[in-house]
Amino acid sequence: MPREDFERNLKGLEDDVVQLSSRVENAIFKSIEALKERDITASQKVVDDDDVIDEEQQAIEDRCIDLIALEAPMAGDLRVLIAAMMVANELERMGDYAEGIAKISLSMGNLPPLKPLIDIPRMADKSVDMLRRSTQAFVNRDVESATAVLLADDEVDDIYEQVYRELLTYMMADPSTIQRATYLLWVAHDLERVADRTTNIAERVIYLVTGETKIEYPR
Amino acid sequence: MTIPNEHLSEDGSTGSKDIVLQVRNLNVYYGDFLAVKDVTMDVKKNSVTALIGPSGCGKSTFLRCLNRMNDLIMGASVKGEVMFENRNLYDDDVDATEIRSRIGMVFQKPNPFPKSIYQNIAFGLKVNGFDGDMDEAVERSLRQSALWEEVKDRLGDSAFALSGGQQQRLCIARALAIEPEILLMDEPASALDPIATLAIEDLVRDLKTRYTIVIVTHNMQQAARVSDETAFFMVGENRSGYLVEHDDTQKIFTNPTNPRTEEYITGRFS
Amino acid sequence: MGSNNPTSGQLRPRRVLRRTIGGFVYAAFLLSVCVGIVGLMVLLYEVLTTGLPWLNWQFLTDYPSRHPEEAGLFSAIMGTVWLMAMTAIFTVPVGVGAAIYLEEYAPRNLFTRIIEINVANLAGVPSIVYGLLGLALFVTWFELGRSILAGSMTLSLLVLPIVILASREAIRAVPDSYRQAAYAMGADQWQVIKGVVLPSALPGILTGTILAMSRAIGEAAPVIAISALVYLTFIPSHPMERFTVLPIQIYNWVARPQDEFRGLAAAGIIVLLVILLSMNAIAVFLRNKYQIRSEE
Repeated sequence: MPREDFERNLKGLEDDVVQLSSRVENAIFKSIEALKERDITASQKVVDDDDVIDEEQQAIEDRCIDLIALEAPMAGDLRVLIAAMMVANELERMGDYAEGIAKISLSMGNLPPLKPLIDIPRMADKSVDMLRRSTQAFVNRDVESATAVLLADDEVDDIYEQVYRELLTYMMADPSTIQRATYLLWVAHDLERVADRTTNIAERVIYLVTGETKIEYPR
Repeated sequence: MTIPNEHLSEDGSTGSKDIVLQVRNLNVYYGDFLAVKDVTMDVKKNSVTALIGPSGCGKSTFLRCLNRMNDLIMGASVKGEVMFENRNLYDDDVDATEIRSRIGMVFQKPNPFPKSIYQNIAFGLKVNGFDGDMDEAVERSLRQSALWEEVKDRLGDSAFALSGGQQQRLCIARALAIEPEILLMDEPASALDPIATLAIEDLVRDLKTRYTIVIVTHNMQQAARVSDETAFFMVGENRSGYLVEHDDTQKIFTNPTNPRTEEYITGRFS
Repeated sequence: MGSNNPTSGQLRPRRVLRRTIGGFVYAAFLLSVCVGIVGLMVLLYEVLTTGLPWLNWQFLTDYPSRHPEEAGLFSAIMGTVWLMAMTAIFTVPVGVGAAIYLEEYAPRNLFTRIIEINVANLAGVPSIVYGLLGLALFVTWFELGRSILAGSMTLSLLVLPIVILASREAIRAVPDSYRQAAYAMGADQWQVIKGVVLPSALPGILTGTILAMSRAIGEAAPVIAISALVYLTFIPSHPMERFTVLPIQIYNWVARPQDEFRGLAAAGIIVLLVILLSMNAIAVFLRNKYQIRSEE
């Protein structure tokens, strides 16, 4: 089969991206768990593990650059490499958000919980789901799934709006809650950014398959 | 570098170009064998069009038909039209030698005449009845092909004293001396080393402001570097070559329409 | 070169035997060369010892005479010069023209093939046949008499195949890429031939012509048939005159009984050989000179 080595490298690259995506998924999940359980050790672990995410993203980037230099990829091959590089970049930023949430957990420390966390975990679940689906779409070259992820972002945005209003109400009613409310707002914001980044991944998938860089969002 | 559409636009700066050569349903036969099947394509003025494809796909044969050099091959015949300046090149009343002075050709292996550098360039001019200042014309041609500085002090030397890359630039100068509209190049750099190859590519990019260039190449990176539009030929049934896809070079190499084009370009073609 | 290779056990070089055979073969070929060279040496020795005493300036400028001491080659030399010049005038245009037609213009069909085969065959026809042809056609039918004109036309026919063949080779040797380049600039066929093919083929054509002429110089049989064994004491002043050539004069002397004439004949042979060798040398020199230039 022609270009066997190259094919193997491309497949390996995809596997690396999937692995990185898993790691990021895990980081987000663990960071929210740690926030709910007020588990300091777990939060610290998420912070430490972000280094691994950064390293893996760098490795993927390096591998892409090498393949571009050495294999002179054209057309579909070129788009795969560009997409992989950009997806890895998005994943690394999402890993940073997970780290951010963990750091907020650490900052909150032993402060009493402001309220039972319902919407924030809901946002987290949805965002993680979007991440999983967009990664699947990348592997399967599935434009439909990717488009569905683009649409799902609205839901997350809606929940964020809700959380924001709710926390604002708390802060206006009782100024002593401002510190804790702000922390939680920050966490919600990070989760909203995570969801946003998964739509970037979905856009890259559509680019990979169709070659279009300007994506029209179906409304 | 974009070439949007066929018709003229008022704003010349967007780069839309006239069509200088129209090929319509061209079929090329060697005896009974159909070498090139039903090609229809346009060549735009002042552009570089690359013809790529695997060996035996008929791209060189097709190229040679554009200035009727294919006539010189025994048993070759043609159906279809090649329209240049509102005339079909293959009409009975068209003089092939006149066409060749308007549509020139450079070959794969540099083939200067066994004469001096000066005489090589003067030959084409003499043959076409040039009665102006020969020295000035020779200098102009050599400047156009970026060779003047290297040979201006030894125009009387044999052409064979030049290196391969220089000889090829001499052949280009020779073809340009008679100021054709179109220059056809059949793998002009394939017999040259990488540095000479890049020199030729730079030259092609320069020349397209004054000429229209159609270049056959088996080197895809070269086609990508040098051309504005690319036409991909393939071998089809009965070993006849045919045109698979013809589009902007940028599109062909990032997102071609035809899966066979993608296959060939990504090297999955076997 | 491992013993893993299944063939290696089956390769048995027999080197000693091969070397012996090689030596024998070398000796055999060397011997063949020597036979030719030795034969030539003996011949030359004979000619030189017999002829050199008779070779002097007076010999070259005197007319033939019954008296050996006064005999000379002048009429024969001038006759040869005239004959060669006129033969060249006929042969070169016709021969080169035919070669150009056959190589550049003629279509590849049966008719052309027949012409080619015949030209090749004509090169092998015995020269006396040409002599008789010339006698019948030029001397008698065209009523040209036993003149230099008739003689040169006959010799032309004789060497024409050689010139055609050599010119064709020379034209064929011009790389097709030159023609392609010339056509691609809008040259028509004659311009391509005149501007590119002929200049490149010229050395080969020249060499072929010189070699043809050197063959013609030595031909006695057809010239004898045309001009008969004449004993001339004048040199020709126009083409329609009678003439004699070196081979005839030499033969004339060989046929005489006196010993001195044998010496004269040998001297004549030396003159002929010198002319022939010079012509061949010029041909070889020209061929080498132009070959170097075009192969750079």
